[in-house]
Amino acid sequence: MSWMLPDSYSTFGPDVDFLYYAILVVTGIVFVITEALLVYFVIRYRRRDGQKATYIHGSTKAEIIWTTVPFIAVLGLAFISIPSWNMMKNPDSVPADALDYIVNAKQFEWEITYAGADGVTGTADDISTINIMHVPVNQAVNITLRSEDVLHSFFLPEMRVKQDAVPGMDITVWFEATAAGAYPIGCAELCGNLHTTMGGTLNVYEATEFDAWVASQSADADDADDADDQEDQ
Amino acid sequence: MSQPAASTADRHPMPGMMVYNVKLGMWIFLLSEVMFFTALIGSYIILRFAHPDHFAEPGAVLNVPLTAFNTFVLICSSVSMVKAYAAITQGDQKGLRFWLLVTILLGTFFVGVQVVEYIILAREGFVPMVELYGVAHEIEGAALYGATFYTMTGFHGTHVTIGILCMWFVLYRAWQGKYSADNYGAVEIMGLYWHFVDLVWIILFTIVYLI
Amino acid sequence: MDAHGHAHEMPWIRRYVFSTDHKIIAIQFLLMSLFFLVVGGLLAAMIRWQLGFPSEPMPGGMLLPDEMMAPTPAGAIMLPEFYNSLVTMHGTIMIFFAIMPLLVGVFGNLLIPLQIGADDMAFPRLNMASFWMAFPAGLLMLASFAVEGGAAGAGWTSYAPLSASGEYTGVYLGQQLWLISLTILGFASLAGAVNYITTIINMRAPGMTWFRMPLATWALFITAILILLAIPILAGALIMLLFDQTIGTGFFLPASDGEPLLWQHLFWFFGHPEVYILILPAMGITSDVLANGARKPVFGYHAMVLAIVSIAFLSWIVWGHHMFQSGMNPMLGTTFMITTMVIAVPSAIKVFNWLGTIYKGNIHLHTPMLHALGFVSMFIIGGLSGVFMASTPVDVYIHDTYFIVAHIHYVLFGGSLFAIFAGITFWYPKMFGRLMNEKWGRIHFWLTLILYNLVFWPMHSIGIQGHMRRIYDPTQYEFLQPLQPINQFITVCVFALVAVQAIYALNFIISIWKGKKAGNNPWHANSLEWTVPSPPPHGNFELVPIVYRGPYEYSAPDVEEDYWLQDAPPPRETAAPALEPQPVAD
Repeated sequence: MSWMLPDSYSTFGPDVDFLYYAILVVTGIVFVITEALLVYFVIRYRRRDGQKATYIHGSTKAEIIWTTVPFIAVLGLAFISIPSWNMMKNPDSVPADALDYIVNAKQFEWEITYAGADGVTGTADDISTINIMHVPVNQAVNITLRSEDVLHSFFLPEMRVKQDAVPGMDITVWFEATAAGAYPIGCAELCGNLHTTMGGTLNVYEATEFDAWVASQSADADDADDADDQEDQ
Repeated sequence: MSQPAASTADRHPMPGMMVYNVKLGMWIFLLSEVMFFTALIGSYIILRFAHPDHFAEPGAVLNVPLTAFNTFVLICSSVSMVKAYAAITQGDQKGLRFWLLVTILLGTFFVGVQVVEYIILAREGFVPMVELYGVAHEIEGAALYGATFYTMTGFHGTHVTIGILCMWFVLYRAWQGKYSADNYGAVEIMGLYWHFVDLVWIILFTIVYLI
Repeated sequence: MDAHGHAHEMPWIRRYVFSTDHKIIAIQFLLMSLFFLVVGGLLAAMIRWQLGFPSEPMPGGMLLPDEMMAPTPAGAIMLPEFYNSLVTMHGTIMIFFAIMPLLVGVFGNLLIPLQIGADDMAFPRLNMASFWMAFPAGLLMLASFAVEGGAAGAGWTSYAPLSASGEYTGVYLGQQLWLISLTILGFASLAGAVNYITTIINMRAPGMTWFRMPLATWALFITAILILLAIPILAGALIMLLFDQTIGTGFFLPASDGEPLLWQHLFWFFGHPEVYILILPAMGITSDVLANGARKPVFGYHAMVLAIVSIAFLSWIVWGHHMFQSGMNPMLGTTFMITTMVIAVPSAIKVFNWLGTIYKGNIHLHTPMLHALGFVSMFIIGGLSGVFMASTPVDVYIHDTYFIVAHIHYVLFGGSLFAIFAGITFWYPKMFGRLMNEKWGRIHFWLTLILYNLVFWPMHSIGIQGHMRRIYDPTQYEFLQPLQPINQFITVCVFALVAVQAIYALNFIISIWKGKKAGNNPWHANSLEWTVPSPPPHGNFELVPIVYRGPYEYSAPDVEEDYWLQDAPPPRETAAPALEPQPVAD
């Protein structure tokens, strides 16, 4: 049982993890102080016969202090969160050179569409895979997230990415992986009976390997069906 | 600093002297009604902003002149309700009965016109469903418009109908001579409810039929 | 209006079943919601079985129909659709039919008239109707398990489009019953809210000024306002969703250009005030019990009232923090983050004032006091873990994981439920005339506190490892498999936690007949309910009480005892208002 986050492998990682640990430290201090005081007071001022409690109704000074200090603390936490939030979710923050993807969620799979050789999605040379997503390392990817039926939530724990897919909406999701490897994809929004099976894998390749994979897929794009992708696993 | 509040013995003070329980209760209940219609009207506004192309210009589908006249009738019923209230505060039993009956008739007329309007609209194919008996909607993309229109006006019409039923009860009690210049609480809260329903309609009419 | 003297001449059914006496209605709500608390707990145990031991035969599972549990030679295995129904119904039943009626139905009914010195609610018959709508609504909710397709399975939040059309889940009637049941419950809550607000505004005893009201009543007053304004929003949303389900409208269905996010906005616009509906009365109860246990006035009474009011106000502008990952505009997300952070402040003020209350007290650790202290210590954890979710970038990672499951349970179980235990034990005499057993009360408290933390503390940890909520089988995900021992540990602790609640149940039941006779004021408390016999007679007060002081004058130097009843005449004649007790007129 640990309060440590698992390692992150995207450019969002340091920001999110820093904020998490910052909040952990702040709340941890408050937690220890308040709980310690609670226990201390209960022991120190426990019932003694013939003793009367001190008759105090409060203190305006104390109220002002413990209104102002938390107020400043939480506003501080809010303001240091804003830049990272904008970087993660604002469509304007997506780097210009990001690779375009379409992720289409449906009960109960992720359909991933790649731009193919021409670099534009929605054209004839698009490649598509099911539940397995291939991305190059150190390269921003720009995903248009869609859903065909109900709400899903595209969750890449190690990339610190989560975004609901909403039917009828195109939602921009982007990230940049910083290390090659295979990482889980999860669905984080209850989406029906087999919600639990809606997992996948994110394969992060070195740039050259990724290009080779795209080339191999484009070569036999006509046969590029799910069966091929399953073999990649 | 201590202002003695009403004691429990004073639970039913004279109407008009202070806000007695039933009247206060009605005011509080109407606050929740405001929120209910806020949810419906708010949803309509949000959906219409999100999909302006699915919401026809009000005049294109709805019969605005007819409903404008109907709105006038409902406003008149509020006036007659006030007359009924004014009558009983003076102890005028006949006036109370007469104006209550007028209010009921005007309210019934309003609901009747609305029902006729619904029937005409439905015949023209303006229905709240995507599909009706397996047949796709006749007016392209109008299902959302229909759904919001019928939900809002339908719930308002239900409120008017409930008001009419309650007013029949008040009228019955008026005929029994239960109300007097000292005891007219039921007429007063009936009036509160009726004016509220009237007010909601004016807002609905503006938003749905005019804008 | 019922005449007090005639109360005992009324037939049994009017006195105990269709009663208009607020105290009887409180007991009815208590029995109803404790029943649903048990049901909700059993549902939780079944959920935990599946999570701890995925797809292993569940003990006793053969007793359930095949549509819920797939029979195999080794035993019955839970089906995923039944798991979804369990998750949905556990949340729904606990929130709407256990915690909410316990806090609002039970304590609202019991305490408001007694604490403000009124003979009953403003509208006793409406009050009776409130219970007799809530109870059938609950039965209807339970009945949905038995219909074709099973109970609703789209989560207690019933996000559209999953909830808006049966084609996605195979649940048609169950979802519709869910909607109808909650609509009926909404009417019951509204009836209660109108009653509470009118009663508190109009029927306070002479001298019971706003700032002499006990904080429990204050909290219930503000809660009633929240219910009054929030429930109609839910009702509107429920009705629209019901139309989508039944007559084929498309409010929330993208197929007809409806907006799925509209449901979320409506639901959480209701839902966030609802969260505070579930905690404010608990805070009020805790304040009353803490002051009593510490034998000291509540620290910063006015600040406490102000905190309740500001929480209620802010609760209307934070709903978006449930929707940070929903696809709403990131700018809106930033706004909601700031308001959400700010709402932590009044909660912090309350915690510090509670600490101030026990500071330099003379602390009696009776069972209600233990539970109230449990509330404070658990609410601190639940409140602080909320700060993580408020920070939008961190929420990206922990949203819809077990971290949020831990958070809501620290607030609703560690918070509300401990306060409920405190309140039931504290005011038990005013319902049944006797005290609950202290020794077993303490044993139950310590076992519950320990087991409860063993269950929910590790959930923070697995949430941080990325464990999503509402998944039927965590072992399907490779990265969650190492967490399975923790899941099993939690499951075992849940079973123990559910089991030790039997201690409370037995203590509760046996004490009705065998408990120590309480007398008027067993806890040496100050507020008006302790000036009348336990249980109070029909009509409560023989004479209309006159209130001379606030409810927390413990250990005042002017009097010998360490408590000072609100209606005890002041020692010096000069301070006395010119009011004489008068007989209650009918």
